[in-house]
Amino acid sequence: MTTLSDPPRESFRLSMLINDTRYRAYTFQFIALMLVLALFAYLGSNLVANLRAAGLNISYEFLGESSNYDINQTLIDYTSQSSHLRASIVGVLNTLLVAFLACVTATIIGVIAGVARLSPNWLVRKLMAGYVEAFRNVPVLIWIIIIFTIMTAVLPAPSAFRGEDPDASMLFGAVAFTNRGLYLPAPIWGPGSLVVVLVFIASIVGVFAYRRYATKLLYDTGKLLPMGWPSLAIFILPTLLVYFLLGRPITLEYPELAGFNFQGGTQILGSLIALWWALAIYTGAFIAENVRAGIQAVSKGQTEAAASLGLRPKRIMNLVVLPQALRVIIPPLISNYLNITKNSSLAIAVGYMDVTGTLGGITLNQTGRAIEAILLLMLFYLLISLAISALMNVYNNAMRLKER
Amino acid sequence: MSDTHQQSIGYVRDSMLPQATPPASETGAVKWVRQNLFLNIPNSILTLVAIFVLYKLLAGFLPWFLNGVWDAPSIRACREVLDGDAGGCFAVLTERWNQLLFGFKYPSELYWRPTLAFVLLFVAIAPVLFRKVFPAQMLIFTALYPFIAYFLIWGGSILIPIFALLGFVAGYLVYSRFVTQSFAMGFFGGIVAAFVFWWITGLLPIEGILALEPVASRDMGGFMLNLILGTVCVSLSIPFGIALALGRQSDMPIIKWICVVFIEFIRGVPLITLLFVANVVLAYFLPPGTNFDLILRVIIMITMFASAYIAEVIRGGLAALPRGQYEGAESLGLDYAQSMRLIILPQALKISIPGIVNVAVGLFKDTTLVSVISMFDLVGMIRGPILASTEWNGVYWELLGFAALLFFVVCYGISQYSQWLERQLQTDHR
Repeated sequence: MTTLSDPPRESFRLSMLINDTRYRAYTFQFIALMLVLALFAYLGSNLVANLRAAGLNISYEFLGESSNYDINQTLIDYTSQSSHLRASIVGVLNTLLVAFLACVTATIIGVIAGVARLSPNWLVRKLMAGYVEAFRNVPVLIWIIIIFTIMTAVLPAPSAFRGEDPDASMLFGAVAFTNRGLYLPAPIWGPGSLVVVLVFIASIVGVFAYRRYATKLLYDTGKLLPMGWPSLAIFILPTLLVYFLLGRPITLEYPELAGFNFQGGTQILGSLIALWWALAIYTGAFIAENVRAGIQAVSKGQTEAAASLGLRPKRIMNLVVLPQALRVIIPPLISNYLNITKNSSLAIAVGYMDVTGTLGGITLNQTGRAIEAILLLMLFYLLISLAISALMNVYNNAMRLKER
Repeated sequence: MSDTHQQSIGYVRDSMLPQATPPASETGAVKWVRQNLFLNIPNSILTLVAIFVLYKLLAGFLPWFLNGVWDAPSIRACREVLDGDAGGCFAVLTERWNQLLFGFKYPSELYWRPTLAFVLLFVAIAPVLFRKVFPAQMLIFTALYPFIAYFLIWGGSILIPIFALLGFVAGYLVYSRFVTQSFAMGFFGGIVAAFVFWWITGLLPIEGILALEPVASRDMGGFMLNLILGTVCVSLSIPFGIALALGRQSDMPIIKWICVVFIEFIRGVPLITLLFVANVVLAYFLPPGTNFDLILRVIIMITMFASAYIAEVIRGGLAALPRGQYEGAESLGLDYAQSMRLIILPQALKISIPGIVNVAVGLFKDTTLVSVISMFDLVGMIRGPILASTEWNGVYWELLGFAALLFFVVCYGISQYSQWLERQLQTDHR
């Protein structure tokens, strides 16, 4: 039924699409959608016309063809007869390798530098401020090139290690820094080494189990077990025991000078070290600032309240300050990991064969499949960053202050 | 009275002792050193380690720098002068400074033009950076600066920048004519008017009228290229970033999702892949026969990259505003465009300044990546023509140190300015 207070019902008029705020949103969205579609249609038609003019097509068959190029550092079996697809996978693994190494190192450097920036020691504080400012304000590409130059132009050639009185000598007789890379002893896995590894893994599990047990005992009965020494003992002793009982199944193979180069051992390429350390030191400066900001974000009242409860400084740090600081530190830390992964594409500047170097570099140049290769490359990086963002969302949801 | 006390309790002092100076270990430099450097044993060890590190750094750096050779034709001549002593060969900087700053193709008799443009850049940004010091009329020069700088650096007929400027003027006239009816109408009408104007003037024959000697884009190089890319892309990406951030906040689902997909896609891939796109792929998507400048393609891609990041920063600023600001604007009866322009954006942009400056500094550093797609910016010049030349093959540290120093000066300066500005803009409780 209608009452007098009801507004008169308007019939829909076309001008309302522009003038009435209720309908204007539809007009705008329609226009935007049409513009985007038109843009894509325009680009697509240009693409088709250009491809036809050049006699090309879009196809991913090149991934199955043999790649015909060598990669100097591979984590899986690869020869120049392998397919382009396998070359790309080698590149992906190399990207993940350098990103992982750089993330770990950057976190260690960043945490140390960030804590040191809050040190009561004036000299250390200023030194770390100098480190952070110097590295944050210079492009990472320049740092990569600088470290790469140290690795290739400053370090001695393998021939310098030769002779009675060589110009260079190996560190501890086992590690050689040469301009062809770093030579390290490589482990040789003899029979029975699997047992040692299993025991090692079991002892890590054991450490966690012991710490859980000790915490539970503390909460249940108030009895405080020592943590540090027993953990260390569980961590080291069983592995050492099994290692010697089985007659030392794992031995080291030392690099030796043979001919013009070192033989044996593991070679780590100079380009990998340059990329790894440049990314680590550069991103470490950013992480240091995050760590400092996170610790400073915990208000002084928290520390004082904890102290007035009678907690000792170490426990104040572990139980009160750190859990609150981590809430501030971890989100930017994860986005720094993402930056490391994306910046690792600069490998192409020093010739490290990551996915940009294989798929986006040599494969692209050999096959001429620019669109396909770059599309795949972008897809890979996009997947990584979406995965890391998803991880971050999970963490943020878990860590959000539970408000009632 | 005091007498009685003196007799009964003789140990009470009845006169003040003169004030004694504090012990030497508790004042001045000694106290400072004790508190800041040698508080306890671990601290003292840290101090000693730090002193050792500093000594090592200075012992390596100072002889190299002070002994440096500033005047020699080649690295071999340098080594002869040094005669085995430690010392840098800074002669490469005095000999090749023009290549490092301007690239190796920019005509040397025209160096005054980019230099003048660089000096004028400071005049142009001064009123933006220090609003209280400089008169507001100088902003007119700031608005004219892009056209002057284009004319100086690229040369060619003066009519090109003038017509470009007049296009903006025409757009503004149409905008101010229609904005009274509706912001959207004025905004889009202005854009259409500007494009129509440019299209008409593009048909005019203006070759060589009042022309400076033209310089092709591919001749740009050195630090000049980094500066051009940095300033152009940052200034272009701020308006795009604002638009994307507003789009992402919008309650129209289609517009929101277009912005989300664009931002997340760009932020998910490394800049280098976008530069590859600019270098090899973009040509496929343009009409057959068009030949875009590489520098222009790179500017497009870097601007897209930067606007996605700036959009996220501004979105943070928008989200940080209290809900009451939006509701207050609505309750005053302002429409969307008015409330954004007058109430929301001024506050949101103020909050976002540190983030925007971070993006700008990061972007300026990232302009070095163009050396990977064989453009000769500062890093490209060093790794390419200079280190490959027979005279200077092997002069690494002087060149890389110079590049690092240039970037450090610019980026550190910008970040210090942003901190100063943050303190200036702090209008809440101090």
